[in-house]
Amino acid sequence: MVRLITHNLLACHVKGCTSNNFPLQFQDVSIEIREAEFNPDFLRGFIPKIEWKALVDTARQLGDTSLPLEPPEMLDDEFLKNLHHVLLEVHVEEGAMICPNCNHRYPISNGIPNMLLAEHEIA
Amino acid sequence: MSRPELIAPPEIYYGDTEARKYTKNSRNQQIQADMTYRALELLSLPPDQPAFLLDIGCGSGLSGEILDEEGYTWAGVDISPSMLEVALEREVDGDLFLQDIGQGFGFRPGSFDGAISISVLQWLLNADSTHPTSSPPHRLQRFFTTLHSALRNPSRAVFQFYPSSDDQIQLITSIAQKAGFGGGIVVDYPNSNKAKKIFLCLFIGGGGTQPMPKGLEGDEVVGAGAKFERRRERVSTQARSRKRKSIKDRDWILKKKELYRKRGKEDVPNDSRYTGRKRRPVF
Repeated sequence: MVRLITHNLLACHVKGCTSNNFPLQFQDVSIEIREAEFNPDFLRGFIPKIEWKALVDTARQLGDTSLPLEPPEMLDDEFLKNLHHVLLEVHVEEGAMICPNCNHRYPISNGIPNMLLAEHEIA
Repeated sequence: MSRPELIAPPEIYYGDTEARKYTKNSRNQQIQADMTYRALELLSLPPDQPAFLLDIGCGSGLSGEILDEEGYTWAGVDISPSMLEVALEREVDGDLFLQDIGQGFGFRPGSFDGAISISVLQWLLNADSTHPTSSPPHRLQRFFTTLHSALRNPSRAVFQFYPSSDDQIQLITSIAQKAGFGGGIVVDYPNSNKAKKIFLCLFIGGGGTQPMPKGLEGDEVVGAGAKFERRRERVSTQARSRKRKSIKDRDWILKKKELYRKRGKEDVPNDSRYTGRKRRPVF
């Protein structure tokens, strides 16, 4: 159940890996679409927190091109619906996330990413 | 009462059987629900505004379910795979992570509008190995600093936990303060052994002078502090000597049946107007 909303907040937390550690790259993913309740207020409040470029890149990588490259000034309904779909309805079920900096691999199984670190990786 | 955190580390203690047992137990469910509601109350998020919350030690999603009900979007982390498996089966709405909170989070700064955690912090107080990164102070410090940065300003984090001594409370609050949090401990029902609940309420920002919430008092402690009175005892022996009335009346039966259904027992008879009624004599 890695949705892009959490993926967009997730950086690598391995010891010493402090720059260029976001966004984590998806690898060998299988995705599943599950409908969720549309909540425009939540989305409006959440937009300032989004790293837009990371979100659009990741969405395109997963085959969804409904989002524009720049966040639009006007938040119309269609845009919010697309954003809702990308953020909350696309679930990554299997695969892995790779840190672009230290190449740490966070495997995803059954929709749950394994964020555990080995002893030498703990800060 | 033995403390589970002294028996084994959480990911081992909450194996498949224990995770299922914990989730099915209706008493646990009730306690978890009560504490989640109380934690949300202490979190005092602005009403009618959607929020993105972090559930630390979400387990099988007992508290997550309440967050769903209350209309919050949330993400949960837990270290026990078995617990998370149960959470998957129960189809909670939040995103789940398998993560050791003592290793710290990797969330971007300002990700969450608040955090709750029910019965988790005490698990951080035991060392599992001699490696320097697994000492409780180090793990707590890593946990609180990364949590502090993951929360937005202003926001709050509320932790219910079971400390076994005042030293532990002292350790936890001092490390939280070093990580940049304000706030402190709120104790609900301090005079009752059973109902007493300890919450750590941590604040970020808000002008530095957020008022500390008050602990609950009263009601729940009925009878706990009553003095011994001889008069009462005499009455009760008198009553006992008379023929005792059956306590298994209709209400009692309904309550029991409800309980069995909740626990998933099969073949619980349906309720009807005949439930708990006395049979007429045949003739």
